[in-house]
Formats: sequence, structure tokens, C-alpha cells
Amino acid sequence: MTREELTSRVTQAVMEALARRAGGADGTEAPCPRPPLPDLTDPAFKAQVLVENPNNPEGLAQMKRRTPARIAVGNAGPRLRTQTYLTLRAEHAGAQDAVFRDVSPELLKELDLVSFSTLCRDRNEHLTRPDLGRRFSPETLEDMKKRCVRSPQVQVYLSDGLSSQAVEANGADILPALMDGLHDEGLRVGPPFFVRFGRVPAMDVVSETLDAEVTCVLIGERPGLATANSMSAYISYRATVGMPESRRTVVSNIHAAGIPAVEAGAHIAQLIRTILEKQTSGVELQQ
Amino acid sequence: MEQLLSVGIDIGTSTTSMVISRLSVQNTASSFAVPRMAITEKEIVYRGDIHSTPIREGELIDAQRIAALLKEEYQRAGITPGILRTGAVIITGESSRKENAQAASQWLSELAGDFVIATAGPDLESVLAAKGAGTQQYSEEHACTAMNLDVGGGTSNLAVFSSGRQAGKGCWDIGGRLVRVDEMGRITYISPRLRPVLDELEIPLHEGDRVELSPLRRLTDRMASLLAEAAGLLPATPLCRRLHTPGSAQLILERPADRLSFSGGVADYVYHPAGGDWFRHGDIGPLLGRSLYESPAFLHERLLRPQETIRATVVGAGSHTTMLSGSTIFFTDASLFPARNLPVFVPEAETEQGALEGDSVPLAAEADRFRQEYDTDRFVIRLARTGSPSYRTLCRLADALGALAGQLPAGTPLYVLTEQDFAQALGQALRRRIERPVICIDSVQAQPGDYLDFGKPLRDGVAVPVVVKTLIYA
Repeated sequence: MTREELTSRVTQAVMEALARRAGGADGTEAPCPRPPLPDLTDPAFKAQVLVENPNNPEGLAQMKRRTPARIAVGNAGPRLRTQTYLTLRAEHAGAQDAVFRDVSPELLKELDLVSFSTLCRDRNEHLTRPDLGRRFSPETLEDMKKRCVRSPQVQVYLSDGLSSQAVEANGADILPALMDGLHDEGLRVGPPFFVRFGRVPAMDVVSETLDAEVTCVLIGERPGLATANSMSAYISYRATVGMPESRRTVVSNIHAAGIPAVEAGAHIAQLIRTILEKQTSGVELQQ
Repeated sequence: MEQLLSVGIDIGTSTTSMVISRLSVQNTASSFAVPRMAITEKEIVYRGDIHSTPIREGELIDAQRIAALLKEEYQRAGITPGILRTGAVIITGESSRKENAQAASQWLSELAGDFVIATAGPDLESVLAAKGAGTQQYSEEHACTAMNLDVGGGTSNLAVFSSGRQAGKGCWDIGGRLVRVDEMGRITYISPRLRPVLDELEIPLHEGDRVELSPLRRLTDRMASLLAEAAGLLPATPLCRRLHTPGSAQLILERPADRLSFSGGVADYVYHPAGGDWFRHGDIGPLLGRSLYESPAFLHERLLRPQETIRATVVGAGSHTTMLSGSTIFFTDASLFPARNLPVFVPEAETEQGALEGDSVPLAAEADRFRQEYDTDRFVIRLARTGSPSYRTLCRLADALGALAGQLPAGTPLYVLTEQDFAQALGQALRRRIERPVICIDSVQAQPGDYLDFGKPLRDGVAVPVVVKTLIYA
């Protein structure tokens, strides 16, 4: 047998074997079954217990229901299993997207919000220079004074912070719920606006610039691997630049699996009323 | 931390007892989140004596003598009804079928304390006993299926929990006091419910007969195997179905429970088998306990030791009936509390959906029918199908509820219960639309046919104690 003959026979045998495995014994091509790809971040997909031969599968499922942590995922030798690893990567990618994207102009238009920027010129600077994310140019501050109400009892604004996605997910529900709640209390509330490339202490500058009694920023939180949609409200009575962090009252975990945005808005309206009554915020308010 | 005193009173077929529990309420959320109030500790601070249930001529509950007993117990516990914040009076077993059960429990709940509710029904009793026995907690902590059998004087109440969640309940007319015996050794009473069992065993037993151990032991052995059938440990015979308590739930089990516990007065004789005088209580309770202990169907390695035996139901009533609402709620005025005996109105699925889409007419019409049926203007509208609404949807829902409220007489409060966490936002939206008082509470589950009691709000009004109850009087 020549080398060519051997090659051709082996090739033929392999091709036949492949055809049989694909389902066509007669050599016809069988359609390759393709199961639909699962959504790696779907809660039902993540709820699966991956431990092999568990003694008490229901017990593991119950523990998983109580935490978004990656427990009962089994292992492949010393490593994560492929499914767990891919989910981890997908959520990490989601977190990165949430940081790097921008709040859409459509949402700002829908909510009728004017936009101001901090000293950061782009997203990269926003991430690398936290000090610039808390300051505004003199021109921006002049503009803010012109477009806003001076000395309001309450000034509310939205800011992207570290998750524009959180603003997209919650903004349209939390803002009107909060504003309606504040108007019900008969408070003098400045029109809300949006701050791009913002960090939390930018609220101190806003407070001083507008001479607001209470300032409240609704800001996207640094995404974790559990959710990229989490928003927090930082509220302060008479915030001033350089004040201790302990003077901020925080309502965190505003997202679908935490406190829903609508309910958070109603709650914060009540909280702001209390802050105005007690004329203090932060740790002192809780004592 | 805030503490609530809760009373439990159980008026059973054979015994009546009372316990006082102290419920500790704490904010379990971090300082940087919305408060989340929860009952973090339940401690029994007073256990009353076990009294024989006073029965008047003609087999009526003697409410006056019960009241006298309670007064004495309150004195010994050193409390006045005024300091009780919540709790339950329950009339259970055969007692709940007495003609005056409803009147007696209403009357007693008023005497026992302002915030105490009256409630009864075999299914609730089953669940309360399992909670009082600690079986529900065991099932949750060990992620297993656990069943409690509360074997009392008149009935046996079964409840199954799977990983802490209720998985079934049912009640059977099997109890230690269905045959009564006097000091002279004569049978004084045979419950008519036992007739078919005696007929099947061909035991000719009649009131007035002299007591003989062996036929009675054959009877209790059969009662034990009937309980095993009810618990799904043996195939059910028609007799088992005949003894199922009318009006109680059907217990459907996929497989037998992993663990079993017994509570109720008979349980002491299951865990502490005792010889001597079998008829020391004037009934067949100890004998039934021995039959259960020796029954091959109830494997002993599967038995759990309950935290309570004879007091399981009353501890359940005192410590486990009260839950807390969500911690972001709304009410226009604290004087609206306590609010008692509010029937639950559950709109049809498409009606609730319609209201979310802005169609308020069917909701108002359905509420109108409900008001006529229950003959009341005070009821709780329960919204279970509204997930987490957007603000726009919430406003449409508030419009629809506002239209509904427009039909109620002026000044009648509007009570709304939502399953999901949006009551404060909905309450604020309602206040903007309607003049009348509004109470809007969330994170509580209730079924059609349930009644709700709202206790006085916690400090700062962040949450209210809620009791969900069923009122079934045969």
C-alpha cells in the first residue's frame, strides 16, 4: 500500500465515522442539534446547584436563595467549573460596561434635566481622578446659579457616579416619586438636574453654590458582581466642602432586588422631612 | 430594640391554657440601608397552668368561668391587659364546634386585651402547634421535611413544613378525650365520631359500660394506625377519610416527612411512656400515647423531640401569630390602629391588571360586590399580582383605588395591602388623590377568606404588627 492509498483510506474511514456520529448512517447530513444558549446572568440559571451528588440538594438550594454569593457551585479539581467561571466573567463584563457607559440623552430629556459636568473631561479621567469629580469650573457654577433656584429647602440631583446603568435603571422611577413626595410636604424644592462625571462630594459644592438647606444626590454605585444597577442616595443638611463624611445620611441598595426605586423615592421624601425637622443629618441623625 | 408583649390563649377540647411571650423587634438592616424591622427573639415569660376547659350545661363553653381563670392567671403573671400589644385567643378542637364558640371568643378577646384577636379553625391550629413545637424551625434549619402531629383531646392536627415553608396541613377527629371514664371505672362519654372505628373493630362499647383495658387498647391501636395513615406512613383506608375533620384542609404529601414530632397532651405519653393507672386523666389519652409509642409505623429514629408538648398550640398562638409588616409603609394617622377583623378583598387577576393599565371600573364593581357579600365598608384590598411597578403604573393604580374609595361612605378608611415592597409610595400617591384616611401596608401575604388585624405601630411608625387569621366556626 502506497502512502497515498493509506492516507485516502484513513481519510475515508474518518469521514464515515464522523457522518455516523452526526446521525446519518446512510451518509446524509443530519442537522446538528443546537440547544439554545443559556443567559449566564439569568437568576434561574444562577440558582442551579452544581455540587455533584449532593446529600441534601434542597438544603443547598435554600442556602443559595438567601445569598447572591457563588455558593454550592461545586468544583473541577482546584478550579471553578466552566459554567461558574463563565457566569463570573459575564457579570464582571456587565460591571465594566456599567462604569464605562454614559447616561443616555433620551433619559435626561424625558426627565427634563439640565446637565452639568465636573472638571473631568472624559470617563477615563473621571475614573482616575476622583479629586476632579468633586469640583466644577467657575463657569459651570455661574451657569448652575442662573438655571437653578437660590436657597431652596431641598435640592435634589441625579449623578452617574460609577454606574450610569444604575441611573438608567432607576432614574425614571425614583425621581418623580421623590419629587412628588417632597411637594406633598409643602417644601420649597429646586428643580432637579443631572451631574456628569460626578463623585459624591460634588454635592457639597452644589449645596454651597445654591445655598440649599438639604442637598440630596441620587448616584450610581460602584458595580459589584451581584448587580450593576445599584443606586444610593446621599443626603446632607447644610453640606459644606471639606465637612466630615459622617454628616451624610445614606440610603443604599436601591435596585430591583434591594429596595425598589419607587419605594425608595417615597422613603427618602419622608427622610428629608425628618432631616429638615431635626436640622441635622448623618450619624447625628441616627443618635 | 423594642419589645412587644404577646398573649396566647388556647381553649381546647379538654384543656385551657395561657402563655405570655416577649417579642423583641430590631432593625436588621445596616445603618446605610432602608430599615428592615424584624422579630428577632421570642421568649416565653409566663406559662400558665393547664386548666380543664370549663363547660356549661348542654356542652356550651363557659365563658364566664374561663374569664375568671384568665383573670387569676393575669394576676399571677403580674400583668394588666393594657400592656399587651398583640396575641391570639384560639378556640380549638371540639370546643370550636360548640354553639357559642364565636360569641365566647369575641367576648374573651375583648377581656384579654385591646389588641388581642379572636381566631379559630383547625388548619390554623395545626400550623400554630407545629410552630410552637419547634418543628417548623427544625425543618428550616435542617432543610428537611418535618411533620408535627398535635394529638389533643378531640383532634389531631397535622402540619408539614419543607425547609421551613408550609407544605401541607390537615385535621382528624382522633384524640385522647373522645372516650371519657369516671372514677368509678365507668365509661361516661363516647364521641359519636368514634362510632365507625368501633364498628369496624366490632367492639361493642357503650356509655355506662365498665372499663376494660383490652378493647380500649385495640381502639387506641387502631386510632394510632389511622394517624399513621393520615401522616402518609400507611396506605389510607376509607375510615381515615371519614375521620378527617370537616372543613379542614386536605393533606396531600408527595412522600412521607423526613422527621416527625408529636405535641399536644397525648405527646407526653409518646415521649415518656408511663404505666400505672391508665385512666388517671379520666380518658384514653395515656393509652393512645402508648399505642403511638409502640406503633411500628412511627419509626422512633425519625422522631424529633418537640420544644413544647401540651403547650405547643398556646405557645404558637402567643409567639407565632404576629408578624411585622414591611418597614416602609404609610398611614395618615396613628389613631387608625389597632384595626381588627378586616376581611381581605382579593380582586380577580384581570381586574388588578386592568387597574394597572388605567381601567378602574371593574375594580370598583368587584369591590362593591365584596362589600355587599361581607356587609362591611371596612376591608383590606390585597394586591398580590402587582410586581414591582414603575412610578407611572403606580400612579394609574392609585387612580383606580381612588375611584374605588369614592364609593365608600365619607370618612371610611381605605386599607390596602401589597405583597411587594411599594406601600409607602402607593400610600403617598393615594393621599394626593383622596381625602379619607389611608392605611397602606406591604410585605404581608393573605388569602381570600382571611381576616387581618393591625396592631399599634412600632416606635417611629416604621412598621405595624399584623395578624392574619381565618375565622371558621362550625
